[in-house]
Amino acid sequence: MLGETEPEWLSEEVKTGTTIIAIEFNAGVVLGSDSRVSAGASVVNRVMNKLSPLHDKIYCALSGSAADAQTIAEIVNYQLDVHSTEIGEDPQVRSAATLVRNISYKYKEELSAHLIVAGWDRRDGGQVFATLNGLLTRQPFAIGGSGSSYVYGFVDAEYRRGMSKEECQQFVVNTLSLAMNRDGSSGGVAYIVTIDEQGTEEKVILGNDLPTFVDQ
Amino acid sequence: METLTLKGKLSYDHFTAVHLKTLPVLFFTFRNAVVEGSLNNSGGSLPAARKTGTTICGVVFKDGVVLGADTRATEGMIVADKNCSKIHYISPNIYCCGAGTAADTEMTTQIISSNLELHSLSTGRSPRVATANRMLKQMLFRYQGYIGAALVLGGVDCNGPHLYSIYPHGSTDKLPYVTMGSGSLAAMAVFEDRYKPDMEEEAAKRLVRDAIAAGIFNDLGSGSNIDLCVISKGKVDYIRPHDEANKKGVRTGDYKYTRGTTGVLTKAVKPLDLELLVESVQTMDTS
Repeated sequence: MLGETEPEWLSEEVKTGTTIIAIEFNAGVVLGSDSRVSAGASVVNRVMNKLSPLHDKIYCALSGSAADAQTIAEIVNYQLDVHSTEIGEDPQVRSAATLVRNISYKYKEELSAHLIVAGWDRRDGGQVFATLNGLLTRQPFAIGGSGSSYVYGFVDAEYRRGMSKEECQQFVVNTLSLAMNRDGSSGGVAYIVTIDEQGTEEKVILGNDLPTFVDQ
Repeated sequence: METLTLKGKLSYDHFTAVHLKTLPVLFFTFRNAVVEGSLNNSGGSLPAARKTGTTICGVVFKDGVVLGADTRATEGMIVADKNCSKIHYISPNIYCCGAGTAADTEMTTQIISSNLELHSLSTGRSPRVATANRMLKQMLFRYQGYIGAALVLGGVDCNGPHLYSIYPHGSTDKLPYVTMGSGSLAAMAVFEDRYKPDMEEEAAKRLVRDAIAAGIFNDLGSGSNIDLCVISKGKVDYIRPHDEANKKGVRTGDYKYTRGTTGVLTKAVKPLDLELLVESVQTMDTS
């Protein structure tokens, strides 16, 4: 028993090895994520909702280290709350993304999490921001997490400007399903959040309701 | 020539790959001993032994939560305590099971318990489980995983019963059933099979008992008895032990022999002449 210590997954950091996606449509945004949280080879939570609210109409999608991502989201939630009270109205999506970016940039050596910020505000409508490694860039759509590598081709080929809300939701679900099939660190159920002027709608799509493709 | 790949974050990796490639596969190979020896020569360091042997779990039932834990504390491969208490008090309505380094779980839960009592006095309200969760996760994140405390936090507050699992790096999950510790996989197998929402108290206690028993019997790091803590609105049942799953065996024989078991053949008595040389008395200072 010379090399006997605890099982490796106990000392491995808990990661949200993940697939996350956010996409903008004419009147808002749709965010999607899988639900698997792993520590090494063990799944510690198979139903985690990685779409975390920063404000009523601004959500962020978590990926990377679970502790780092959760902590950033909670801190920014608090900071946005203060900020929106100070300005007396709902915050802009760009403000939320900037707050996330500031933390990601300042602590970039210590943190290993990537958050995609997306939401709707009165000034610019639906917006999606990527904050990888401390940059801030607005994009028509963004994907992230370990599962995103498998679907870059799919999203690049299938994305079209000016999709309707339902087409966007279907696009997100298809992307998640493909990624969850190929990536070992993604799986479980799919969470979809749709944000537009009318409000925020959260939906869960269970495993057997996900779309199937060639090999199933 | 067979090569062995060892996974994990141990400092072995580089050295292992180099040394094991040169070993032929024999019937009996003492690979680990050879690697450990050469590790010391090459300047590598052995990982410190941490005791994480534990099975802890929790389940939300109709009126509250049931927390369960085994009672074995290990120091490497030796059982240091056969009946330790892993379910810690946080507040009258909130309890917390701890896996990982025993000192870390003990001190962390005590610190948060103290802060929570002060917070509760300051707000004038009964403490909430979500508050305890926030305090614990913010402290653990601050220490970046160096505090090895993996916790199952459960309680009943004004918003109903809640159950959280908290990991050493500071991430938390809010779920209807959770397991932690080296025996968590065995316990989770039982939960995934038999958990149902809105169970009755007795069914929930049976489920938790069976989950801990699975950990005790299938994991080397867990053992001894099963402790339960049933928390419902206005009532806490701290049952220690709930089930003595590993009672010490009763010996069938005895090493005491009665007088006369061995037959005496001959007896010879020789008195020893001893002279009393010095007799002195030293008084003890008891002032």
